[in-house]
Amino acid sequence: MAKEVKLHIGVENDLEEIKVTIPDDSPKPWDGKDKLKFVGGKTPRLDGKEKVTGNAKYTFDMKLSGTLHAKFFRLPCPSAVVTKIDTSAAEKAPGVKGIVLVQETLPLTVRYADQELLAIAAETAHQVDEALKLVKVEYEKRPFVVDLAGAQKSDAPEVFQGKFERDKEVGQIEVDEDNAGQRRGNVRAPQDYTKGGTKEEIEQFIEKSEFSVSATYQTQVQTHSALETHGVVANWEGDHLTVWASTQGTFSVLGELAQVLKIPQTNVRVITDYMGGGFGAKFGAGPFGIAAAKLAKKTGRPVKLMFSRREEHVSGGNRPSSMQTLKIATNKSGKLEALSLVSRGSAGISTGAGTSAPAKGIYECPKIYTQDADVFTNAGPSKAFRAPGHPQGIFALEQSIDDLAYKIGMDPLEFRKINTMNHDVRQKEYQIGAEKFAWHKRNPKVNADKGPIKTGMGMANSVWYYFYGVGYQATIKVNGDGSVELLNGTQDIGTGSRTAMAVVAAEELGLKPHDIVVRIGDTKLGFGPPSGGSQTTAGITPAVRDAAYLAKNKMLEIAATHLNATAQELDIRDGVIFVTSDPTRKLSWKKVASKIPGGTFSVMGERKKDHIDIKGAPAVHFLGRNFYTIGGMQFAEVEVDTETGVIKVKRILAIHDCGRPINRLTLQSQLNGGIIQGVSYALFEQRVIDRNHGLQVNPNLEQYKIAGSMDIPEIETIVLDTNRGNSSTGAQGIGEPATAPVAAAIANAVYHAIGVRIRDLPMTPAKVLEALHS
Amino acid sequence: MEEKKNLSQKEISRRSFLKGAGIASVGAVIATTASVDIKADTKNDSDVIGKNGISCEFDVNGKKYAQKVPPRTTLAELLREDLNLTGTKVVCDRGACGACTVIVDGKSVCSCMTLAIDSAGKKIETIEGLANGDELHPLQEAFVNHDALQCGFCTPGMVMSCKNLLDHNAQPTLPEVRKAVSGNLCRCGTYPHVFKAVMDVSGKKGE
Repeated sequence: MAKEVKLHIGVENDLEEIKVTIPDDSPKPWDGKDKLKFVGGKTPRLDGKEKVTGNAKYTFDMKLSGTLHAKFFRLPCPSAVVTKIDTSAAEKAPGVKGIVLVQETLPLTVRYADQELLAIAAETAHQVDEALKLVKVEYEKRPFVVDLAGAQKSDAPEVFQGKFERDKEVGQIEVDEDNAGQRRGNVRAPQDYTKGGTKEEIEQFIEKSEFSVSATYQTQVQTHSALETHGVVANWEGDHLTVWASTQGTFSVLGELAQVLKIPQTNVRVITDYMGGGFGAKFGAGPFGIAAAKLAKKTGRPVKLMFSRREEHVSGGNRPSSMQTLKIATNKSGKLEALSLVSRGSAGISTGAGTSAPAKGIYECPKIYTQDADVFTNAGPSKAFRAPGHPQGIFALEQSIDDLAYKIGMDPLEFRKINTMNHDVRQKEYQIGAEKFAWHKRNPKVNADKGPIKTGMGMANSVWYYFYGVGYQATIKVNGDGSVELLNGTQDIGTGSRTAMAVVAAEELGLKPHDIVVRIGDTKLGFGPPSGGSQTTAGITPAVRDAAYLAKNKMLEIAATHLNATAQELDIRDGVIFVTSDPTRKLSWKKVASKIPGGTFSVMGERKKDHIDIKGAPAVHFLGRNFYTIGGMQFAEVEVDTETGVIKVKRILAIHDCGRPINRLTLQSQLNGGIIQGVSYALFEQRVIDRNHGLQVNPNLEQYKIAGSMDIPEIETIVLDTNRGNSSTGAQGIGEPATAPVAAAIANAVYHAIGVRIRDLPMTPAKVLEALHS
Repeated sequence: MEEKKNLSQKEISRRSFLKGAGIASVGAVIATTASVDIKADTKNDSDVIGKNGISCEFDVNGKKYAQKVPPRTTLAELLREDLNLTGTKVVCDRGACGACTVIVDGKSVCSCMTLAIDSAGKKIETIEGLANGDELHPLQEAFVNHDALQCGFCTPGMVMSCKNLLDHNAQPTLPEVRKAVSGNLCRCGTYPHVFKAVMDVSGKKGE
């Protein structure tokens, strides 16, 4: 059965009325006219107290009685063939209880320095360290290449001789299946995209165009550097495996464990109660999860295996490097005519270095050609990293767009405006941003300050996509004492998903968020979304609201019999159920709960496909499907010291859209975090691998530079109220869009300040000085 | 000489421990310390540098713990592994990130870079000691209300650094707050709310 409802949808106050058909067991989606009490407000985290008291138990803190500590033996050689592994001495070392090989059969190919070969479990961590020294490995060194340019040369050593084996994980950007026949050396088969002409036609068009720019950009490898490293505690009880994992995807870890260990999914349980940071690299069970599970099986004891900081850098994942050549042409009046992007990037021994999505997804441009190709290098595997490909792609795209605007003498903001007319949110964001940032006060000339310290203002567009999965199951249990439990297996990686779920349930049930006991982070609690692609809130909150809607209806029915009314005549607010026409006829939530037949009930809401497609913004083709594009943009003001080359980011204004915001307090935190990570990427972070030895020289947190408290700009954020009527909550994602445009906005501000472009990340003082003096 | 004597009796830091080990007979310097400071039950010098445990008494959050610790044990290991106080986190394990910050005798230290035996007999404050039963310390309260945390892994160290600041400077300026947490890395990038929380609890309006 389905019902038809009227909705008021649109951006901010620009609302239009539409009719939507929704299932009978779903509530009317919240729309632009609904006045809500908690949704869109500021609710402190439900688990805040646990976190500030040190009581929150992370995987790193897990202690089961009898737990063994395990670590990997890693070969510090970037390319080798291992012919013999002798663990006989290590096995006899004090405290050692078990050793497992990552690959049972030899020879084994090592493709990056510090690749794992085996894991040792012992009574104490110190004993493992001692035992690791006793492992003897015989191997033959091979030539290697670690840099993106070097790996593309015709005589470069081949990282994969033969078939490429993919480390497949949920959240990993999958471009295509590798086709060895089309791979040339280390360069994988390029992925081409064309619109409005062939590659040759588009490139010729740009060549002949009167107004065009052409430039090459480089971006570095960034490591995720989550504070809690990758790791698990694995424990078997009979043939059932329980794993505590520092993961962004409890269900993806479960799936991988069951598959690799060849046991039924029913026999695996994954728990992530608290999780110390995930930015895209923590989805699978990984070699560490598999090794820990095998060691636990072998020894009959729980096994804990957590990466060291060094391992986190070299093996935990990273954002791929890129080298992008971008050419764009416009006509005299500022309409984009053609764009060509050729991008190469290295994800080490993995894939996913493509950067072309922003070039295809932000601007209206009739002719587009893009080509992405992964280049293998002897370096640790990349993993998805907060908006994969986007900070890189936007760094290039938005600087070239800026270049073009200056070239035709148009304000860079105006230029962007007239080339994104088809995006309703973006159009509003330009207006709000220009006003808030006082863009009109900006000197239209570049390099206008006398110096030595020069200020500049710049901006850049962001783009992300509306992702969500279906089939997630949220259960709400109402107990006889009126307490409410909300259950789902998804995890809260710090985004506040636990609290967002409570806010949605409380809103529907007429209770307070802190009245709801939320149990998450356990695969036994019902299928839930991974925290990737900025989809957790969009994925789970509609299921939560649907469950709360069913629970509410049930409570109203129970109350109706006691209030001599029908359920339709009742409503619920602030813990009181009352007759709408006569609020004096009422019963408290607790009273009604005490009358639940049988004492308690549970209802389940399921995440269904959206009621309607989102309109108002263009859909783009990404990862094999069409997705609605989420707009956003950021403005930056910088000071550049032309004597020292130091860039200081003074302020960032971020304007974003995430559908209907659920909890503006945690949303603000997530935006701040995305911006700060972007500042860090723009100015400081860089994985450095020694070209001669193939080893990372900064696998730590003092030489791998991350922005700290002294580097934080003044941050202002604005999140639009966007109601699309697509799902019962209308939530979309924010985690990724917040970090995508930061480096580009800063780079454009730097250009405005000093009149020269830095097209190479990170924008270090040395690069600034070099640019100023060349 | 006077100065040296005071040092060996009162405060042997990890640095002076290493310095001492380098120049003189290793045992001599340490054994003196051990016998004075940490009530070592050892009869000869070699016991103090080996892998065997030395009996020490620790004062953590006002509670006394008698514990046998091998000399190489860091304060972070003692807290987390032996005393089961896992609120203190270890992130970089080399004093670069501040996640393991605790307060020892009124000074914030990186517990991953401090030997447990050097902390024996001193007043050690950890994140677990801040709240009074169920009642949060005002700083903790402000962290929750301002959402000065995301994943929460840096939070214990961040809170301890801020507490140490407020212990010495009840009304810090914003630059002073920034400086106080400049040794605390937060990968979620939650600093603006940390600044707000500290300014709020000190009675000043934040950014």
